[in-house]
Amino acid sequence: MEEGKVLSQSIQQSAAAYVIIHDKFGEAVSPFDANETMPFFEVIDTSLWPEIALFMRDHPKLQFNYMACLSGVDYQAEEKVGIVCNIESLGQCHHKLSVKVKCSRHGGSIPSVACVWHTANWHEREAYDMFGMLFTGHPDMRRILCPDDWEGYPLLKDYKVQESYHGIKVPY
Amino acid sequence: MILTPLPHISMPLLMGNSLNAWSEALVGFNPMGLPLGLVILAAIPLVFIALYSLTYGVYGERKISAFMQDRLGPMEVGKWGILQTIADILKLLQKEDIVPTSADKFLFVIGPGVLFVGSFLAYAVLPFSSAFIGASLNVGLFFAIGIVAIEVVGILAAGWGSNNKWSLYGAVRSVAQIVSYEIPAAIALLCGAMMAGTLDMQKITMLQSGSYGFAHFFLFQSPIAWLPFLIYFIASLAEVNRAPFDIPEAESELVAGYFTEYTGMKFAVIFLAEYGSMFMVSAIISIVFLGGWNSPLPDIGSFALNAWTNGPLWGVFWIIMKGFFFIFVQMWLRWTLPRLRVDQLMYLCWKVLTPFAFVSFVLTAIWVIYVP
Amino acid sequence: MESRCPTNSVFNSQSSTRMQELDRAGMGSVRVTRKGNNVVVLEKDLATEQMILAMGPQHPSTHGVLKLECLTDGEVITEAVPYLGYLHRCFEKCCENVDYPAIVPYTDRLDYLAGMNSEFAYAIAVEKLLDVEIPRRVEFIRVIVAEMNRIASHLVAIGTYGIDLGAFTPFLFCFRDREIILSLLEWASGARMLYNYIWVGGLAYDIPSDFNRRVKEFVNYFRPKTVELYKLLTENEIFVKRTRGIGIMPADVAINYGWSGPMLRGSGVKWDLRRNDPYSIYPELDFAVPVPDGKVSDVGDCLSRHLVRALEMEESLKIIEQCIDKMPSAEGFNPRSAVPKRVRPKAGEVYGRAENPRGELGFYIQSDGKSTKPLRCKARSSCFVNLSAMKDLSKGQLIPDLVAIIGSIDIVLGEVDR
Repeated sequence: MEEGKVLSQSIQQSAAAYVIIHDKFGEAVSPFDANETMPFFEVIDTSLWPEIALFMRDHPKLQFNYMACLSGVDYQAEEKVGIVCNIESLGQCHHKLSVKVKCSRHGGSIPSVACVWHTANWHEREAYDMFGMLFTGHPDMRRILCPDDWEGYPLLKDYKVQESYHGIKVPY
Repeated sequence: MILTPLPHISMPLLMGNSLNAWSEALVGFNPMGLPLGLVILAAIPLVFIALYSLTYGVYGERKISAFMQDRLGPMEVGKWGILQTIADILKLLQKEDIVPTSADKFLFVIGPGVLFVGSFLAYAVLPFSSAFIGASLNVGLFFAIGIVAIEVVGILAAGWGSNNKWSLYGAVRSVAQIVSYEIPAAIALLCGAMMAGTLDMQKITMLQSGSYGFAHFFLFQSPIAWLPFLIYFIASLAEVNRAPFDIPEAESELVAGYFTEYTGMKFAVIFLAEYGSMFMVSAIISIVFLGGWNSPLPDIGSFALNAWTNGPLWGVFWIIMKGFFFIFVQMWLRWTLPRLRVDQLMYLCWKVLTPFAFVSFVLTAIWVIYVP
Repeated sequence: MESRCPTNSVFNSQSSTRMQELDRAGMGSVRVTRKGNNVVVLEKDLATEQMILAMGPQHPSTHGVLKLECLTDGEVITEAVPYLGYLHRCFEKCCENVDYPAIVPYTDRLDYLAGMNSEFAYAIAVEKLLDVEIPRRVEFIRVIVAEMNRIASHLVAIGTYGIDLGAFTPFLFCFRDREIILSLLEWASGARMLYNYIWVGGLAYDIPSDFNRRVKEFVNYFRPKTVELYKLLTENEIFVKRTRGIGIMPADVAINYGWSGPMLRGSGVKWDLRRNDPYSIYPELDFAVPVPDGKVSDVGDCLSRHLVRALEMEESLKIIEQCIDKMPSAEGFNPRSAVPKRVRPKAGEVYGRAENPRGELGFYIQSDGKSTKPLRCKARSSCFVNLSAMKDLSKGQLIPDLVAIIGSIDIVLGEVDR
């Protein structure tokens, strides 16, 4: 957190929520990044991510019951891919928080939270489809937008489109 | 060889008694001993059926739906698009006749034919006027009810032969629906037959003639006749697969039901059969409950309106008008109501229409026996 | 898909045409024996075999190119698995290769029935990242066009829902009225569906001078039409029978599925981003968030979702009227005064969202602070999320009910597949 900066109310709420999570999980989560546009923290120990998610959803003071969005992101410089989850307490505590989880760019995997928020089910499939990270424990880990036999993961920064798909020339 | 002059041929429908004279003259037209006049007279309704079914049923449906929906409907071919259907038929005739590779070819081809024959067979016993009835059977009504069931075979053949899951669903639904709805429909018609005391369509119609016009119609002859009338009308909608009972061909559920795979003229034949059945059930309901070819106009004092508007050709006019009216109501419903679900359809048939049909049957029986 | 289809073990060994026929007809458990090359049927019972039914991508009521693979037992659906991607247009990949303002036309093509709302959501996201001050008149115009588009979109939703249930006429009534909205929006932006009107930081053009009067005329014209629509469709006995109690989604499950917009409100959750996460000038406006009360519909069923849409149109009319009354004058107004010459946000991330006719449309945008192109731009599409509940909703429903449920979700495949 930056010192001496007056934070807006929503970020203070997010910070308060983060404190509860930090108290519980300690070093497994990174320090809180209190930026104006999207305050977030990162899960460092990725294996704890479903547990953190469940804690966030069920803790009476957090009640993050609504996952608005889960976006896959390619961190090419760090040789990592990851997800950014925008989570929110809908109708209960009215706070928002974003969580980042990263894994290795090559064959990495992230534990799935599809059992915590149903929203994550298809979004994780989409992230897998586009970035290639696996979600362990996902009930239905298949591609969702691209065909099942598509080669490569299109949203990776170094993605090269395949030459042909079932005899159809792909690049145009 | 005597050639009788044909008076007032220019205004046949407006000339009252002279119209009768005209038709009688036509009947007497026997060049070289052949009953040519009779054949012409008999052919008039048949020509009408073909013309109506082919063109103006479809055209009417499109125009009526258009006016209900704030549209103009077909406007391009001919004035107000009158020739649109002819253009459509020309198009359909030119279409390639596709039989899907995996279809059962025999059933696929025979299906529309059976359907078409089934829907037009009942026309044989429909009295179009006092002078014209294809086959004056003494079990005419029974024949009409029974022969419709042949359509089921055609539908099943089409749906099964297509080898398409949607077609199969459509066919199975259709069979279940038609077979179920025949029961309330038949019982409702029996009420009319009971009031007449005969199954002969022509006799049923004749029993509804009289100088008071519409007051002699069975619908107004008994205080309960409206119930079988209504039941038959609803059931007939289901029998001819019209909305809100069009679930066998429900386009939003089953693509097009049993005729999903049909193209070109086969498709047109199925379409034709549908419009044929629409007129058929409309004619049956008019014959049994609304006096068939009898004029609804009553005599007012010495003003013999009823007598003037009755006669062989007038009869054709009246039954067609009555048929048209019910077809209009069918179209009106179709473009207003959503579609029922399969189970709701069956619920309506077995738990609402059938019991009420029995009730109306018993009440009509009591009425016929105890109230002369 | 072989594994999904429980085939009788007898059929697997060798297939004769007769068996295939029996199988095709779903004749249930058939005990057969072999005599030479002939198959003799010993016993049939009425238990039917399950059949895989591919609904779509060309099916009339999947609203585009959605494919549902249904495992059916007669008319009852045991399981329905949605397949997406037939309309995938690489929106996100495109975004990474064009400048920020050039993404606006792409957002039109997400939810093509509500282009203005999509642009609005994208503009909000980027402006949050840029931290720019938007002229007040721009905000009013944005809200007017977005609400008009919301009405147009709901009209399509309601009309096509009628078609799904077999009522054709309401559809054309809806399209007749939508046509007026589209021509008004065309007058303002130059396009009927894909507007490119709401820019990052402003608007493409000011509205035409007579626009507000014509919009007001439309509002007065349209009010009675909503009543007409109500009488024709919503109060229709058959329509109510077909939709009431079908596809019920409890509120907590709906939230867990990430539902938003009319879908979530249909489940009885009073949640509207225009109220709960206010943006633009919505806090200044007076409008209600309609939520079904359970009197005419069971909360969470298809009818509730339909009702919410029907009622929302009236609220949108209210918003439009207020905006016209409160709008600052056009004197000295430049719709592009706050449009940056070169959109290059500082490094950071943002999740900006807006209430679309179909729910929450969010844009997650990541900027590296150097480039004029986003590092990552993800569209969180409301239909995509709403549709993900399909598998749960369809279990044990009849095929006609499945159609009713898909219709009530009101998907636009352009947004689902992106």
